[in-house]
Amino acid sequence: MLQIECPWCGARDQEEFQYGGEAHIVRPEHPESLTDLQWADYLFNRANVKGVHAEQWCHTAGCRRWFNVLRDTVSYKILAVYRPGERPPGGEE
Amino acid sequence: MRKNRYSIFSLARNAVSYHQDWSEAWHSPEPAPSYDVIVVGGGGHGLATAYYLAAEHDVGRIAVLEKGWIGGGNTGRNTTIVRSNYLWDEAAHLYEKSLKLWEGLSQELNFNVMFSQRGVMNLGHNLQDMRDIYRRSNANRLNGIDSEILTPAEIKAKVPAMNVSSDARYPVLGASFQPRGGVARHDAVAWGFARAADARGVDIIQNCEVTGIRREKGAVCGVETTRGYIGAKKVAVVVAGHASVLADMAELRFPVESHPLQALVSEPLKPVLDTVVMSNAVHGYVSQSDKGELVIGAGIDAYTGYGQRGSFSIIEGNVAAIVELFPIFSRVRMLRQWGGIVDVCPDACPIISKTPVPGLYFNCGWGTGGFKATPGSGWVFAYTVAKDEPHQLNAAFDLERFTTGALIDEHGAAGVAH
Repeated sequence: MLQIECPWCGARDQEEFQYGGEAHIVRPEHPESLTDLQWADYLFNRANVKGVHAEQWCHTAGCRRWFNVLRDTVSYKILAVYRPGERPPGGEE
Repeated sequence: MRKNRYSIFSLARNAVSYHQDWSEAWHSPEPAPSYDVIVVGGGGHGLATAYYLAAEHDVGRIAVLEKGWIGGGNTGRNTTIVRSNYLWDEAAHLYEKSLKLWEGLSQELNFNVMFSQRGVMNLGHNLQDMRDIYRRSNANRLNGIDSEILTPAEIKAKVPAMNVSSDARYPVLGASFQPRGGVARHDAVAWGFARAADARGVDIIQNCEVTGIRREKGAVCGVETTRGYIGAKKVAVVVAGHASVLADMAELRFPVESHPLQALVSEPLKPVLDTVVMSNAVHGYVSQSDKGELVIGAGIDAYTGYGQRGSFSIIEGNVAAIVELFPIFSRVRMLRQWGGIVDVCPDACPIISKTPVPGLYFNCGWGTGGFKATPGSGWVFAYTVAKDEPHQLNAAFDLERFTTGALIDEHGAAGVAH
C-alpha cells in the first residue's frame, strides 16, 4: 500500500486517491494538422517506464485536486510530489 | 518423437528402477552464436510460439531466451482459467482457436496439461449485466461457441455453495455458462511446451536476459544478452509485462501499460466447487484446484507497476465479494497471495504483430487474460513470424489498429474479469 503526500492535505492513505496515468502529456495544439500516426502516439502510446515514473494522482476523497508524483515503478517508493505546473524535482520532465 | 515418450509403459518401466532413470525433460544448451529465430520470453506464450514454429513451419534453428526460469512469470502466477466467450468476432475466433488447441493439447505434447473442461460461469447481478450476458451469449452462439444462459435455480443446482437468495448483497439474476471452458495446470503447460519444443530441436536458454536489440540498416540482426551477443534473422518478443521495456530497446513506443494483478489461494479443502465462477460486477473469480485449494483472482491496481505485488485494498475488496457470494468460505484461511505484471492495451485486446523494424515481431498486451490463449497465441504468432505476415486470425490484432482506429473493444464486453 502507498502513503501519498498530497501537496495540500499532507500524507494520506492510497485509498483516498485516484490514479491518473502518465504526467506531462500535453494535448497537441492543432490536432487537425497531425498525421494519424502522431495523433495515435498522443492518444495511446505511453512511456510505461520501469523505474522513475512521473504520474498524476487526484485526491478524490480529500481536496479533489490533481497533482504529480515521481514514483519508482519497481519498488513503488514515492520519490517526490509536486503541484501541477511545477517542474519535477531534479528538473527533467 | 523422443526416446522417453510418456506412457503407461514408460511409467511401469521406470517404476522398476524406482524412477531414478527418467531422462531430463529438456536440455540446457549453451547459446549458439546465431539462430534463425530467437523467441524472447520463456513463458507459456513464448514456448508455444517456439513449439509451433518448430512443429509446423520450416524456419531453421530456433532459440527461446528466458531471463529467469521458464514459466516463472505470469504463466506460473495466473488463475488458469480457459474460455472463449468473447463478444467481438475477431476476439471470439482467436480465443476459440486456442480453446480447440487446448482440447487436444495433452495428446499433442505427450504431456498431461490437466485441461479440465468443468465449465466457466459468468454471473449477472443486475438488469444491465443480464442484457450484456444475453448479447454476448447470442454472439458466441452465432460464432459457433458453446454458451448457455442459466437461471438462479440452475446456478444453485450447479454450485450449491453460492448464495443466490434475493436478499444477497450481490443478487444473482442469472449467468452465462460455457461448458467447454475450464482450467488447466499452468506449470504443466510451460513444461509440456518446453519439452515438446526441445524434442524438435529448439534451444531453451534460461538465465539469459535480453539487454538490447541490435539492428543493421534498420533490420534486426541479433540481441545483446547477459550471456553475450546472439545473432538472429528474426526476433519474436513475447514478454508480457515487460513489452514496453523490450520495445524501448528498438526505440518503439507501445500503447500498453503494465499493472500489478493479484491472486491468492486458500488452504486445501474437500471438493466444494466443480466449475469456475466469475463475476464482472464484483470483479472476483474463483475455482478449486485439483489439490483442493480455492484459487481466487482479483483485479489490477490502477497504477502502473513492475513490482509483482499490488495493494492490499484490492485483495480486501475482492475477498469481501467472494465471501458475499460464498458465505461458507468466510472462515477459509488463505495460504498464499502474489502478484504478476500484466501489460494492458487500451482496448483490452492483444497485439500480435509485425513492427516497423523488419525482422522484429511483438506478441503482447494480453492484459489480465493471457493464459487461456497460450496455445492459440503461440500458433498465430509462429505463423506471423514464419511467413512475415499475420494469419487471418490475428490480422486484426496488429499495431496498426491504434493508428487506423479499428480497435476491438473487449473491455467489459467479454466478462472483463479473467
